[in-house]
Amino acid sequence: MKAIITVLGCDRVGIIADVTAALAKNNINILDISQTIMQDIFTMIMLTDISESRKTLAEVEDEMEAIGKALGVSITVQHSDLFHSMHRI
Amino acid sequence: MINTSEILETITMIRQEHLDVRTITMGISLLDCIHHSAAKTADAVYDKIMRKAGKLVETGEAIEKEYGIPIINKRVSVTPISIVGQASGDYLALARALDRAAAGTGINFIGGYSALVQKGFTGGEERFLETIPEALAETKLVCSSVNVASTKAGINMTRWRGWAVLSRKRRHGRRTAAAWAVPSWWSLPTPWRTIPSWPGRSTVRASRNA
Repeated sequence: MKAIITVLGCDRVGIIADVTAALAKNNINILDISQTIMQDIFTMIMLTDISESRKTLAEVEDEMEAIGKALGVSITVQHSDLFHSMHRI
Repeated sequence: MINTSEILETITMIRQEHLDVRTITMGISLLDCIHHSAAKTADAVYDKIMRKAGKLVETGEAIEKEYGIPIINKRVSVTPISIVGQASGDYLALARALDRAAAGTGINFIGGYSALVQKGFTGGEERFLETIPEALAETKLVCSSVNVASTKAGINMTRWRGWAVLSRKRRHGRRTAAAWAVPSWWSLPTPWRTIPSWPGRSTVRASRNA
């Protein structure tokens, strides 16, 4: 099962480190990652494999939300099927 | 493979443009709840809705969380009560049972206090229509509808006019909660023909040509 994790917010030290550390702790593998900073706005999109995750998708989402609040960024975790159904026939 | 611009487009649609799932609806047949006793019918209706839709809200919220897209309303739709209640004749008891079940399951509203009279109506359906204002006044989550037309059957103008008269009587009658309840109803009028018993032409064609 794959999930898309999106991080949006003001750039600061430690965003990638904190997010990826939490994913590694939950045994979530990052399959693809795209990150850009435009005028201090940090944007990161990760394709992750949550099939071996120690937590459910809802629990991962709650944890990411808490990390996002601490870092001052918005983190969303969504099942990849949402994007496939919106953009593919 | 989904690319980053598509992902950001979806996120923008949900967050900034408020894309959402407006409603999820569970349809429940109440035909197996029909009994000549109003109390037994009401109990059977309540039990079946609680059994079938007990986890509807919880499941809807889990889907919201999994896909990250809001679901605004969770609702239940049932067999028209004009059919379910004809054996017992006590439609208001069923309205109260629907309301209790809706409150018990936590859904936003329950539809089905309805009648389909586009082809005509029985005596029981006519009595049902008279109970709609009171049912809406007494309940909080029950929605009502009356289908007065279809492409195949045309418009039941007799029922249309009867409804307008009932609405006026209710509005200008005694000052009770039932009298002041404004019934909500909808129809799907066809511009092509009306039922032959009504001499007047449908006004839909005229408004289209205006």
